[in-house]
Amino acid sequence: MAEMTYREALNRALDEEMARDDRVFLIGEEVGEYDGAYKVSRGLLSKYGPKRVRDTPISELGFTGLGVGAAIAGLRPVVEWMTHNFALLALDQVVNNAAKLRQMSGGQLSVPIVFRGPNGPAEFLAAQHSQALGSYWMHVPGLKVVAPATPADAYGLLKSAIRNDNPVVMLEAELMYAWKGEVSEQEFLVPIGKARIAREGVDVTLITYSKPIRVVEEAADRLAEKGVQAEVIDLRSLRPLDEETIVNSVRKTGRCVVVDEAWPLASPGATIAHLVDSRCFDVLDAPVELVSGEDVPMPYNHTLELAAQPSVEKVIAAVAKVLYREDV
Amino acid sequence: MKAEFAHYKKEELMRMLTIMQTIRTFEEKAGMMYGLRKIGGFCHLYTGQEAVAAGAISSLDLSKDYVVTAYRDHGHALACGMDPKKAMAELFGKVTGCSHGKGGSMHLFDVEHHFFGGNGIVGAQIPVAAGVAFAQQYQGSDGVTLCFFGDGAFHQGAVHETFNLGKIWDLPIVFIIENNQWGMGTNWKKVSAVDDFSVTAGAYGMKGSSCNGLDVLDVRATIEKAVAEARLGRPSLVEARTYRYKGHSMSDPQKYRTREEIDEYRKRDAIQSFRSRLSEEKILSEEEWSALTQRINTQIEEAVAFAEESPEPALSELYTDIYA
Ligand SMILES: Cc1ncc(C[n+]2csc(CCOP(=O)(O)OP(=O)(O)O)c2C)c(N)n1
Ligand SMILES: [Mg+2]
Repeated sequence: MAEMTYREALNRALDEEMARDDRVFLIGEEVGEYDGAYKVSRGLLSKYGPKRVRDTPISELGFTGLGVGAAIAGLRPVVEWMTHNFALLALDQVVNNAAKLRQMSGGQLSVPIVFRGPNGPAEFLAAQHSQALGSYWMHVPGLKVVAPATPADAYGLLKSAIRNDNPVVMLEAELMYAWKGEVSEQEFLVPIGKARIAREGVDVTLITYSKPIRVVEEAADRLAEKGVQAEVIDLRSLRPLDEETIVNSVRKTGRCVVVDEAWPLASPGATIAHLVDSRCFDVLDAPVELVSGEDVPMPYNHTLELAAQPSVEKVIAAVAKVLYREDV
Repeated sequence: MKAEFAHYKKEELMRMLTIMQTIRTFEEKAGMMYGLRKIGGFCHLYTGQEAVAAGAISSLDLSKDYVVTAYRDHGHALACGMDPKKAMAELFGKVTGCSHGKGGSMHLFDVEHHFFGGNGIVGAQIPVAAGVAFAQQYQGSDGVTLCFFGDGAFHQGAVHETFNLGKIWDLPIVFIIENNQWGMGTNWKKVSAVDDFSVTAGAYGMKGSSCNGLDVLDVRATIEKAVAEARLGRPSLVEARTYRYKGHSMSDPQKYRTREEIDEYRKRDAIQSFRSRLSEEKILSEEEWSALTQRINTQIEEAVAFAEESPEPALSELYTDIYA
């Protein structure tokens, strides 16, 4: 086992996959000479050269669409979006082309492409740069969506995504890049569509994905001090969803809180809450609670921006509600 | 006296100098305040580029004209007449800021002074600026809109869609590329098919011109002409070649460029060269210059004190200003 950051884990996955398969190339803004806006691609330009590590102009629609074209013509592009906020300029190419070309061509075309970059709020970045946009991708049939929350999963899921013959969107987060964790030195893959039980418990199921995992784990620690054993599920993939892991856990605990930093309407969190409701209704002891980002554009002021996001206190309050207890 | 100087009254020359020096002083102070963590997140300073905003915006009649730009917006906001107190308070995230602390550095707005921001998505302000010009035309005002964007932004599809819209509908707009030669860590030449942006105007049937963005009077004269044309329904494109002194934002190690390159441009500093030309022409005395800088220093100190003392927005502000 080696300890490495989330950033290093992504870098290692890219490096190994580029070494293994010369159809794999990386394209995006500042990925080469600058080593990546968040340094995920550090060293790859000098190792693989500008043919395979391609710096682009600021043209998200253009280079994302170019990636789709390269994928149907036999390459395996990894498109880096500097952030998911900017991927909105490329939404058309992902939704109307990447997700649909296989089906529209009656299965003739294959679109093996990865779109990746940081998603969700960081700090002090205000409304246009602090959006959790997972639902934009999760909504779309034809796409796969992964959201690793640990360095090991970042490594294993990126490798799986690159090898997958479908378009895969990966949600990372600026504040997660420096997170550290154990990653086996042996090569391994993490399957797309399998959730991870981050902590076992019997009293309540807490479901989340991506960056809020830390908030949820801290809440679980504090709940344990009050004698509440929370089970924590880290979804890892949003599409396909690992329904079995979710359902089995809630069948065991009978109570569920979903934690999602996205806005509450039409969100991943709302979808999961609905899934639990419909598949576990007979065993639920309380309505499912959703702790989401507040339903507002993110303000710049730091106090307000913290108040707009899920917090340990908000998670504990939701757990108290599903337990009908005021003492947690 | 050289013709270009004779063309402007002393008062007007002093106005341009004042705008430039106000921006410089504000930006240097903002950089310091960032270091003290009074300001967070992205903060894109405009030092080095002052002559572009000052020369271009001073040519407008802001009772009817409008200005739209991207996230490197402090200079344009101040040039339009935003109170430095409101600008600094916004950077501090205070409720007295122009956007009540909700927008921060990238999202300054001042409707009273016809400054429409402050956009953080590269290229996104360009169609919006055309919309402002469209409204001016629709309402029968003879106002124009100045649309600023960077050398990096030039490669967004929105630019090219908007050039075409501007031309086919005769919109009263001037597109100004502030070519500061870098888009984050990318040199403009590496990602541009042409080594002179102004030539692209021809592809859309517009006039393209260039000016020296380090020379406030050249900017002023070029934009004045373009604005006069725009008032007659002839949009055009102006490239101002300039340079940014600081990193892209505050946390940029700037490994992509050399110290020498920066020093080279600092030697050609727009404010210093304008100031020395004004004194050579005997328009500006030493005393006047030091009185000017002192007055501006005091004004910016007051802006910092104001920002410092102002309250944070109340928690309830989270839910305000979202819907009409
Ligand atoms: C659509 C979009 N893509 C990428 C970014 C990240 N980004 C912010 S500024 C910038 C460089 C822009 O350069 P330029 O247009 O030359 O303006 P300058 O910063 O030099 O003023 C980039 C890539 C963004 N904000 N929006
Ligand atoms: Mg630039």
